[in-house]
Amino acid sequence: MAEHVEMAEATLMPAVSPTLRPPGLRGFLADWASDQRAFKNVSWMKAMMWIFLLSDTFIFSCFLLSYMTVRSSTTVPWPNPSEVFALTIGGKSIPLILIAIMTFILISSSGTMAMAVNFGYRRDRTKTALLMLVTAAFGATFVGMQAFEWTKLIMEGVRPWANPWGADQFGSSFFMITGFHGTHVTIGVIFLILMARKVWRGDFDHERRGFFTSRKGNYEIVEVMGLYWHFVDLVWVFIFALFYLW
Amino acid sequence: MSQATMTQGMAAPAATTPRDTHQQHPIKLYLVVWGWLFVLSTGSYLVDYFGLQGYLRWGLILLFMILKAGLIVAVFMHMAWERLALIYAILVPPILVLVFVGIMAFESKYTFFTRLFFSGGGS
Repeated sequence: MAEHVEMAEATLMPAVSPTLRPPGLRGFLADWASDQRAFKNVSWMKAMMWIFLLSDTFIFSCFLLSYMTVRSSTTVPWPNPSEVFALTIGGKSIPLILIAIMTFILISSSGTMAMAVNFGYRRDRTKTALLMLVTAAFGATFVGMQAFEWTKLIMEGVRPWANPWGADQFGSSFFMITGFHGTHVTIGVIFLILMARKVWRGDFDHERRGFFTSRKGNYEIVEVMGLYWHFVDLVWVFIFALFYLW
Repeated sequence: MSQATMTQGMAAPAATTPRDTHQQHPIKLYLVVWGWLFVLSTGSYLVDYFGLQGYLRWGLILLFMILKAGLIVAVFMHMAWERLALIYAILVPPILVLVFVGIMAFESKYTFFTRLFFSGGGS
Protein backbone atom coordinates (compact mmCIF):
# COMPACT_ATOMS: atom_id res chain seq x y z
CA MET A 1 0.00 0.00 0.00
CA ALA A 2 2.69 2.41 1.03
CA GLU A 3 4.71 1.50 -2.04
CA HIS A 4 1.73 2.15 -4.25
CA VAL A 5 1.24 5.63 -2.84
CA GLU A 6 4.97 6.25 -3.18
CA MET A 7 4.90 5.38 -6.87
CA ALA A 8 1.84 7.49 -7.54
CA GLU A 9 3.45 10.41 -5.83
CA ALA A 10 6.68 10.01 -7.70
CA THR A 11 4.98 10.04 -11.08
CA LEU A 12 1.94 12.24 -10.61
CA MET A 13 2.52 14.69 -7.84
CA PRO A 14 5.11 17.35 -8.54
CA ALA A 15 4.54 18.71 -5.01
CA VAL A 16 6.96 16.08 -3.71
CA SER A 17 10.45 16.76 -4.91
CA PRO A 18 11.34 13.94 -7.30
CA THR A 19 14.96 14.12 -6.23
CA LEU A 20 14.13 12.74 -2.79
CA ARG A 21 14.76 9.00 -2.87
CA PRO A 22 16.07 6.43 -0.43
CA PRO A 23 19.86 6.17 -0.72
CA GLY A 24 21.64 3.30 -2.48
CA LEU A 25 20.17 0.64 -4.75
CA ARG A 26 16.53 1.38 -3.83
CA GLY A 27 16.91 4.98 -4.92
CA PHE A 28 18.58 3.90 -8.14
CA LEU A 29 15.73 1.48 -8.90
CA ALA A 30 13.09 4.09 -8.01
CA ASP A 31 14.62 6.53 -10.49
CA TRP A 32 14.49 3.99 -13.30
CA ALA A 33 11.33 2.14 -12.31
CA SER A 34 8.55 4.10 -14.02
CA ASP A 35 7.66 6.40 -16.85
CA GLN A 36 9.49 9.52 -15.75
CA ARG A 37 12.62 11.60 -16.19
CA ALA A 38 15.45 9.27 -15.16
CA PHE A 39 18.23 11.79 -14.49
CA LYS A 40 16.44 13.87 -11.85
CA ASN A 41 18.78 16.73 -11.02
CA VAL A 42 21.09 16.35 -13.99
CA SER A 43 20.58 19.06 -16.61
CA TRP A 44 19.74 17.97 -20.14
CA MET A 45 23.02 19.25 -21.54
CA LYS A 46 25.12 17.31 -19.06
CA ALA A 47 23.08 14.13 -19.59
CA MET A 48 23.32 14.45 -23.38
CA MET A 49 27.07 15.06 -23.25
CA TRP A 50 27.52 11.94 -21.12
CA ILE A 51 25.42 9.89 -23.54
CA PHE A 52 27.44 11.22 -26.47
CA LEU A 53 30.66 10.35 -24.63
CA LEU A 54 29.31 6.84 -24.01
CA SER A 55 28.77 6.40 -27.76
CA ASP A 56 32.25 7.80 -28.42
CA THR A 57 33.60 5.28 -25.92
CA PHE A 58 32.19 2.50 -28.09
CA ILE A 59 33.82 3.99 -31.20
CA PHE A 60 37.27 4.12 -29.60
CA SER A 61 36.67 0.69 -28.03
CA CYS A 62 36.10 -0.71 -31.53
CA PHE A 63 39.33 0.87 -32.80
CA LEU A 64 41.36 -0.50 -29.90
CA LEU A 65 39.64 -3.88 -30.25
CA SER A 66 40.47 -4.16 -33.94
CA TYR A 67 44.04 -3.15 -33.09
CA MET A 68 44.18 -5.94 -30.50
CA THR A 69 42.72 -8.41 -33.01
CA VAL A 70 45.14 -7.65 -35.85
CA ARG A 71 48.12 -7.52 -33.51
CA SER A 72 47.47 -10.86 -31.85
CA SER A 73 46.50 -12.64 -35.07
CA THR A 74 49.50 -11.67 -37.22
CA THR A 75 52.38 -14.12 -37.52
CA VAL A 76 54.79 -11.31 -38.45
CA PRO A 77 56.52 -9.59 -35.48
CA TRP A 78 54.94 -6.30 -34.37
CA PRO A 79 57.25 -3.23 -34.61
CA ASN A 80 58.60 -2.24 -31.18
CA PRO A 81 56.85 1.07 -30.29
CA SER A 82 59.59 1.86 -27.80
CA GLU A 83 62.07 2.10 -30.69
CA VAL A 84 59.69 3.42 -33.36
CA PHE A 85 58.76 6.42 -31.21
CA ALA A 86 62.23 7.06 -29.78
CA LEU A 87 63.81 10.47 -30.35
CA THR A 88 67.50 11.28 -30.49
CA ILE A 89 68.13 14.22 -28.17
CA GLY A 90 71.71 15.39 -27.65
CA GLY A 91 73.11 12.31 -29.36
CA LYS A 92 71.22 9.95 -27.07
CA SER A 93 68.23 7.87 -28.16
CA ILE A 94 65.48 8.20 -25.56
CA PRO A 95 62.62 5.70 -25.92
CA LEU A 96 59.08 7.01 -26.33
CA ILE A 97 60.03 10.48 -25.07
CA LEU A 98 57.76 12.44 -27.43
CA ILE A 99 54.73 10.38 -26.42
CA ALA A 100 55.58 10.85 -22.74
CA ILE A 101 55.75 14.65 -23.18
CA MET A 102 52.44 14.59 -25.10
CA THR A 103 50.89 12.63 -22.22
CA PHE A 104 52.04 15.18 -19.64
CA ILE A 105 50.77 18.06 -21.81
CA LEU A 106 47.32 16.50 -22.14
CA ILE A 107 47.13 15.77 -18.39
CA SER A 108 48.09 19.38 -17.67
CA SER A 109 45.35 20.59 -20.01
CA SER A 110 42.87 18.47 -18.04
CA GLY A 111 44.07 20.12 -14.83
CA THR A 112 43.57 23.65 -16.17
CA MET A 113 40.16 22.64 -17.56
CA ALA A 114 39.02 21.32 -14.17
CA MET A 115 40.01 24.63 -12.60
CA ALA A 116 38.24 26.59 -15.36
CA VAL A 117 35.01 24.73 -14.48
CA ASN A 118 35.54 25.62 -10.83
CA PHE A 119 36.07 29.32 -11.50
CA GLY A 120 33.08 29.26 -13.86
CA TYR A 121 30.76 28.29 -11.03
CA ARG A 122 32.29 31.10 -8.95
CA ARG A 123 31.33 33.45 -11.81
CA ASP A 124 34.94 34.60 -12.14
CA ARG A 125 34.82 35.09 -15.89
CA THR A 126 38.37 36.42 -16.37
CA LYS A 127 40.00 33.41 -14.69
CA THR A 128 37.58 30.99 -16.38
CA ALA A 129 38.27 32.35 -19.87
CA LEU A 130 42.04 32.48 -19.28
CA LEU A 131 42.15 28.91 -17.98
CA MET A 132 40.10 27.73 -20.97
CA LEU A 133 42.53 29.45 -23.32
CA VAL A 134 45.47 27.83 -21.51
CA THR A 135 43.70 24.48 -21.95
CA ALA A 136 43.22 25.22 -25.66
CA ALA A 137 46.92 26.15 -25.96
CA PHE A 138 47.97 22.85 -24.36
CA GLY A 139 45.62 21.04 -26.75
CA ALA A 140 47.02 22.85 -29.78
CA THR A 141 50.56 21.97 -28.62
CA PHE A 142 49.52 18.34 -28.37
CA VAL A 143 48.11 18.35 -31.92
CA GLY A 144 51.29 20.08 -33.16
CA MET A 145 53.46 17.38 -31.61
CA GLN A 146 51.24 14.74 -33.14
CA ALA A 147 51.66 16.36 -36.56
CA PHE A 148 55.44 16.22 -35.98
CA GLU A 149 55.18 12.54 -35.04
CA TRP A 150 53.09 11.72 -38.14
CA THR A 151 55.54 13.59 -40.40
CA LYS A 152 58.51 11.75 -38.90
CA LEU A 153 56.88 8.34 -39.34
CA ILE A 154 55.69 9.05 -42.88
CA MET A 155 59.21 10.19 -43.84
CA GLU A 156 60.54 6.93 -42.42
CA GLY A 157 58.19 5.03 -44.73
CA VAL A 158 55.23 4.14 -42.50
CA ARG A 159 52.05 3.72 -44.54
CA PRO A 160 48.65 2.29 -43.60
CA TRP A 161 49.56 -0.76 -45.68
CA ALA A 162 53.28 -1.16 -44.96
CA ASN A 163 56.19 -0.14 -42.75
CA PRO A 164 59.91 -0.95 -42.62
CA TRP A 165 59.91 -2.76 -39.26
CA GLY A 166 57.32 -5.52 -39.20
CA ALA A 167 53.61 -6.30 -39.41
CA ASP A 168 51.77 -4.19 -42.02
CA GLN A 169 48.83 -3.73 -39.64
CA PHE A 170 50.94 -1.42 -37.46
CA GLY A 171 50.50 1.53 -39.83
CA SER A 172 46.76 1.20 -40.27
CA SER A 173 46.18 0.87 -36.52
CA PHE A 174 48.48 3.82 -35.78
CA PHE A 175 46.96 6.25 -38.28
CA MET A 176 43.39 5.22 -37.48
CA ILE A 177 43.65 5.45 -33.69
CA THR A 178 45.86 8.51 -33.31
CA GLY A 179 44.13 10.23 -36.25
CA PHE A 180 40.70 9.91 -34.67
CA HIS A 181 42.03 11.01 -31.31
CA GLY A 182 43.82 14.00 -32.85
CA THR A 183 40.59 15.00 -34.60
CA HIS A 184 38.82 14.95 -31.24
CA VAL A 185 41.52 17.15 -29.70
CA THR A 186 41.30 19.59 -32.62
CA ILE A 187 37.50 19.89 -32.31
CA GLY A 188 37.95 20.39 -28.57
CA VAL A 189 40.46 23.22 -29.12
CA ILE A 190 38.06 24.99 -31.51
CA PHE A 191 35.13 24.74 -29.08
CA LEU A 192 37.31 25.77 -26.12
CA ILE A 193 38.22 28.99 -27.95
CA LEU A 194 34.57 29.64 -28.90
CA MET A 195 33.39 29.05 -25.32
CA ALA A 196 36.23 31.09 -23.83
CA ARG A 197 35.09 34.01 -26.01
CA LYS A 198 31.53 33.65 -24.72
CA VAL A 199 32.73 33.53 -21.10
CA TRP A 200 35.05 36.52 -21.62
CA ARG A 201 32.24 38.59 -23.15
CA GLY A 202 30.01 37.77 -20.19
CA ASP A 203 27.37 35.87 -22.16
CA PHE A 204 26.58 33.68 -19.16
CA ASP A 205 26.29 36.66 -16.79
CA HIS A 206 23.94 38.67 -19.03
CA GLU A 207 22.11 35.60 -20.38
CA ARG A 208 22.89 36.62 -23.92
CA ARG A 209 21.28 34.33 -26.46
CA GLY A 210 23.51 32.09 -28.55
CA PHE A 211 23.88 32.95 -32.25
CA PHE A 212 23.02 29.42 -33.34
CA THR A 213 20.53 28.05 -30.81
CA SER A 214 19.04 31.41 -29.65
CA ARG A 215 19.01 29.97 -26.12
CA LYS A 216 20.35 31.55 -22.95
CA GLY A 217 23.49 29.90 -21.65
CA ASN A 218 24.88 29.48 -18.16
CA TYR A 219 28.17 28.53 -16.58
CA GLU A 220 27.27 24.83 -16.65
CA ILE A 221 28.28 24.95 -20.32
CA VAL A 222 31.87 25.24 -19.10
CA GLU A 223 31.47 22.01 -17.15
CA VAL A 224 29.91 20.22 -20.14
CA MET A 225 32.78 21.48 -22.33
CA GLY A 226 35.09 20.15 -19.61
CA LEU A 227 33.46 16.70 -19.76
CA TYR A 228 34.33 16.48 -23.46
CA TRP A 229 37.89 17.65 -22.84
CA HIS A 230 38.51 15.22 -19.97
CA PHE A 231 37.14 12.44 -22.18
CA VAL A 232 39.77 13.25 -24.82
CA ASP A 233 42.40 12.94 -22.09
CA LEU A 234 40.77 9.71 -20.89
CA VAL A 235 40.94 8.15 -24.36
CA TRP A 236 44.64 9.08 -24.55
CA VAL A 237 45.25 7.20 -21.27
CA PHE A 238 44.01 4.03 -22.98
CA ILE A 239 45.87 4.69 -26.26
CA PHE A 240 49.09 5.42 -24.37
CA ALA A 241 48.83 2.20 -22.36
CA LEU A 242 47.52 -0.17 -25.02
CA PHE A 243 49.17 1.11 -28.22
CA TYR A 244 52.42 2.79 -27.19
CA LEU A 245 53.43 0.85 -24.07
CA TRP A 246 52.10 -2.65 -24.75
CA MET B 1 3.50 8.48 5.55
CA SER B 2 5.11 7.54 2.31
CA GLN B 3 6.88 10.84 2.15
CA ALA B 4 8.51 9.99 5.43
CA THR B 5 9.91 6.78 3.96
CA MET B 6 11.11 8.61 0.90
CA THR B 7 12.94 11.30 2.79
CA GLN B 8 14.45 8.76 5.14
CA GLY B 9 18.12 9.36 5.60
CA MET B 10 17.96 12.70 3.83
CA ALA B 11 18.49 16.13 5.27
CA ALA B 12 15.51 18.43 5.68
CA PRO B 13 13.59 18.47 2.38
CA ALA B 14 14.74 21.35 0.26
CA ALA B 15 12.13 24.03 -0.36
CA THR B 16 13.09 24.25 -4.01
CA THR B 17 14.46 21.55 -6.24
CA PRO B 18 17.91 22.48 -7.50
CA ARG B 19 17.77 22.96 -11.25
CA ASP B 20 21.09 21.25 -11.75
CA THR B 21 23.93 19.99 -9.65
CA HIS B 22 26.63 22.59 -9.40
CA GLN B 23 29.92 20.92 -8.74
CA GLN B 24 31.79 23.07 -6.26
CA HIS B 25 34.97 21.60 -4.85
CA PRO B 26 38.16 23.18 -3.51
CA ILE B 27 40.89 23.88 -6.10
CA LYS B 28 43.32 21.91 -3.93
CA LEU B 29 41.49 18.67 -4.80
CA TYR B 30 42.18 19.21 -8.51
CA LEU B 31 45.83 20.01 -7.87
CA VAL B 32 46.26 16.83 -5.81
CA VAL B 33 44.65 14.72 -8.57
CA TRP B 34 46.77 16.51 -11.18
CA GLY B 35 49.88 15.59 -9.16
CA TRP B 36 48.80 11.95 -8.91
CA LEU B 37 48.17 11.78 -12.66
CA PHE B 38 51.74 13.02 -13.22
CA VAL B 39 53.11 10.40 -10.81
CA LEU B 40 51.11 7.59 -12.44
CA SER B 41 52.10 8.68 -15.97
CA THR B 42 55.75 8.80 -14.93
CA GLY B 43 55.29 5.31 -13.51
CA SER B 44 53.93 3.92 -16.76
CA TYR B 45 56.67 5.67 -18.77
CA LEU B 46 59.34 4.18 -16.48
CA VAL B 47 57.90 0.70 -17.17
CA ASP B 48 58.97 1.22 -20.78
CA TYR B 49 62.17 3.12 -19.95
CA PHE B 50 63.52 0.29 -17.81
CA GLY B 51 62.29 -2.26 -20.37
CA LEU B 52 60.25 -4.41 -17.96
CA GLN B 53 58.83 -7.44 -19.78
CA GLY B 54 56.16 -10.09 -19.42
CA TYR B 55 53.32 -10.13 -16.90
CA LEU B 56 55.02 -7.51 -14.71
CA ARG B 57 55.00 -5.04 -17.64
CA TRP B 58 51.40 -5.73 -18.69
CA GLY B 59 50.18 -5.75 -15.09
CA LEU B 60 51.80 -2.41 -14.26
CA ILE B 61 50.62 -0.81 -17.53
CA LEU B 62 47.03 -1.89 -16.87
CA LEU B 63 47.21 -0.88 -13.21
CA PHE B 64 48.47 2.63 -13.99
CA MET B 65 45.93 2.93 -16.84
CA ILE B 66 42.97 2.00 -14.63
CA LEU B 67 44.08 4.26 -11.78
CA LYS B 68 44.51 7.24 -14.14
CA ALA B 69 41.17 6.61 -15.86
CA GLY B 70 39.48 6.27 -12.48
CA LEU B 71 40.88 9.56 -11.20
CA ILE B 72 39.89 11.45 -14.37
CA VAL B 73 36.33 10.08 -14.43
CA ALA B 74 35.71 10.30 -10.68
CA VAL B 75 37.22 13.70 -9.87
CA PHE B 76 37.80 15.72 -13.05
CA MET B 77 34.50 14.61 -14.62
CA HIS B 78 32.76 14.75 -11.21
CA MET B 79 31.30 11.27 -11.59
CA ALA B 80 31.94 10.58 -7.89
CA TRP B 81 29.32 13.19 -6.94
CA GLU B 82 26.72 12.41 -9.60
CA ARG B 83 23.43 10.63 -9.00
CA LEU B 84 23.57 6.82 -9.03
CA ALA B 85 21.07 6.70 -11.93
CA LEU B 86 23.55 8.56 -14.17
CA ILE B 87 26.63 6.72 -12.89
CA TYR B 88 25.18 3.29 -13.71
CA ALA B 89 23.78 4.43 -17.09
CA ILE B 90 27.21 5.64 -18.21
CA LEU B 91 29.68 3.29 -16.51
CA VAL B 92 27.95 -0.11 -16.84
CA PRO B 93 27.73 -0.28 -20.70
CA PRO B 94 31.51 0.13 -21.27
CA ILE B 95 32.11 -2.83 -18.93
CA LEU B 96 30.20 -4.97 -21.43
CA VAL B 97 32.91 -4.08 -23.96
CA LEU B 98 35.07 -6.53 -21.98
CA VAL B 99 32.87 -9.36 -23.29
CA PHE B 100 33.66 -8.14 -26.81
CA VAL B 101 37.37 -8.11 -25.89
CA GLY B 102 37.06 -11.73 -24.76
CA ILE B 103 35.36 -12.79 -27.99
CA MET B 104 37.93 -11.04 -30.20
CA ALA B 105 40.89 -12.33 -28.18
CA PHE B 106 39.59 -15.88 -28.67
CA GLU B 107 38.92 -15.25 -32.38
CA SER B 108 42.33 -13.70 -33.07
CA LYS B 109 44.16 -16.59 -31.41
CA TYR B 110 42.25 -18.94 -33.69
CA THR B 111 43.19 -16.85 -36.76
CA PHE B 112 46.82 -16.87 -35.60
CA PHE B 113 46.94 -20.64 -35.37
CA THR B 114 45.19 -21.22 -38.70
CA ARG B 115 47.72 -18.87 -40.34
CA LEU B 116 50.58 -20.66 -38.64
CA PHE B 117 49.42 -24.17 -39.61
CA PHE B 118 47.86 -23.63 -43.05
CA SER B 119 49.47 -20.56 -44.62
CA GLY B 120 53.08 -21.22 -43.70
CA GLY B 121 53.32 -18.14 -41.51
CA GLY B 122 52.28 -15.43 -43.98
CA SER B 123 51.01 -12.05 -42.81
